[in-house]
Amino acid sequence: MRMKHLVYPTQGLHEDDFKQGKVLTETWHVKAEYAWDTGVAIGRYLAELKNGRLVGRKCLKCNRVLVPPRMFCELCFRPTDEWAPVQDTGTIKTFSLCYVRWDMVRLKEPEIPIVLDLDGASRGIGIMHKLGEADPKSVRIGMRVQAVWKPADEREGSINDIRYFKPI
Amino acid sequence: MGMRRVAVVGAGMTRFVRRSLETGRELCWEAASKALESCELTIDQIDAVVAGTAPDAFDGVHMKSEWFSDGAGAWGKPFMRGYVGGGTGVFAPAQGWYHVASGLFDTCLVVCEEKMSPTQPHPQAAFNSIFDNFTERALGPNLLWIFALEMNAYMTRYGIKKEDIAQVAVKNKRNAADHPASLLGDRNITVQDILNSEVMAWPVQRLDVSPITDGAVAVVLAAEPVARRLTNKPVWVEGVGWALDTSYWTNRDLAYPTYVEEAARMAYKMAGITEPRKQINIAEPYDPFDYKELHHLEGLMLFPKGGAPQATSDGITQRTGDLPVCPSGGLLGVGNPIAAAGLMKIAELFWQLRGEAGARQVPGDPRRGVAQAWGDLMQVGTVVVMGK
Repeated sequence: MRMKHLVYPTQGLHEDDFKQGKVLTETWHVKAEYAWDTGVAIGRYLAELKNGRLVGRKCLKCNRVLVPPRMFCELCFRPTDEWAPVQDTGTIKTFSLCYVRWDMVRLKEPEIPIVLDLDGASRGIGIMHKLGEADPKSVRIGMRVQAVWKPADEREGSINDIRYFKPI
Repeated sequence: MGMRRVAVVGAGMTRFVRRSLETGRELCWEAASKALESCELTIDQIDAVVAGTAPDAFDGVHMKSEWFSDGAGAWGKPFMRGYVGGGTGVFAPAQGWYHVASGLFDTCLVVCEEKMSPTQPHPQAAFNSIFDNFTERALGPNLLWIFALEMNAYMTRYGIKKEDIAQVAVKNKRNAADHPASLLGDRNITVQDILNSEVMAWPVQRLDVSPITDGAVAVVLAAEPVARRLTNKPVWVEGVGWALDTSYWTNRDLAYPTYVEEAARMAYKMAGITEPRKQINIAEPYDPFDYKELHHLEGLMLFPKGGAPQATSDGITQRTGDLPVCPSGGLLGVGNPIAAAGLMKIAELFWQLRGEAGARQVPGDPRRGVAQAWGDLMQVGTVVVMGK
């Protein structure tokens, strides 16, 4: 039998169709509340953030210190063994200078997301956070950074208890 | 393994557009009916349907595969949706493959659809909830962050310049000028155009990224005896593979896609490939960002780690080069309706290996191709090897 190569000519709407309100738009005001359980590991992690400390969990089999902490090691697939304090200093593994918000609105000053290895955690066990007090032009992979904490009475057990990391 | 041989015998797709007038159901029907028409089958001759589509949140419809299933031809049939985010478009035909290879069904219709455009003001909103709810989402992340962080890690590890990466976007957008379904084909685009586009999340600029796109693609899979009755040019699914890396994405090696290597090893073993660079004639790696094509070519073991940019500069990956990469135009050129874009790569290999790709046809009678997609929280690799 003969075979054919078939493309259907889908109709694209024009930008003007949106500007002129010719597109059906529906907005819902959804009330969606989630009662999130923190779990054992993250519960302790958040509680320690409130105390101005960072903690991980150690797996004695693969000898890794894991941050954020978890109660099982995904490599060894066995329980992790003990809590391990880590420092609030570290090294930037990679970064970006982000000039757009999530909804694509442009920012004058870039946000600087980073992945950093904390001192005391195993190498390659990065966490994501943001960099502050830094000239965007001067940010480098390998740069040493330290956490800038909120004052103790403003902390609420959130990753945002660290405002950002700053160069040291 | 006691599996039956499975062939792709038909393919169809919609044009990829910025925003389609058609609903998701209508897009599915257009792609599915074209795929059936291409191999002169009717829906009654299809035993099972597999659907692929990425987040429900794009459409604002929960369980959207079931919602568009009538358009995908699934009424009254065994139906399945596998979901691995952006990896879905190459995972869906792998699922269709094991439906047929296992002997359970003789034919299977695989339909992938995506409308990214309904989410306003931008589908990024639908993505914020992929981040960990405590340790990351509270930072107000932007989906672009993780790609920019990964691209920077890759560039820094291997000393790659933006110019080297921009060549990928240029190649793919130029290739797409020959694709009848493409959104962004541009024969005249240059590296300078890419480098002059606005910075979104450095090092990611506007033209380094594939845009929001709507579209659907469908392929028909058949067991060997059925395929031989239908056509004298079956294209065999020779190997399938998929693998997950850790969901602690910041713990991963961001400069190398281990998830692709693991998926490729599974698919290559099944296909009897021991030297990918010699035994594969066309590659359609997943290219939603230009650096990802390079990353994924290395993960597919087609070039050494850090070696894909030089191969691109040398013209090896051009349509007329020694290893054509994304001769379709890829996601950067044809467009990126996420799951549909992955299946578009399977359709492209089907057309290329049959010599039916028209102006896009790769010269030299290509015999084997590999398609790959990637997704979830940057952790899944899906790979399909096809040959004639």
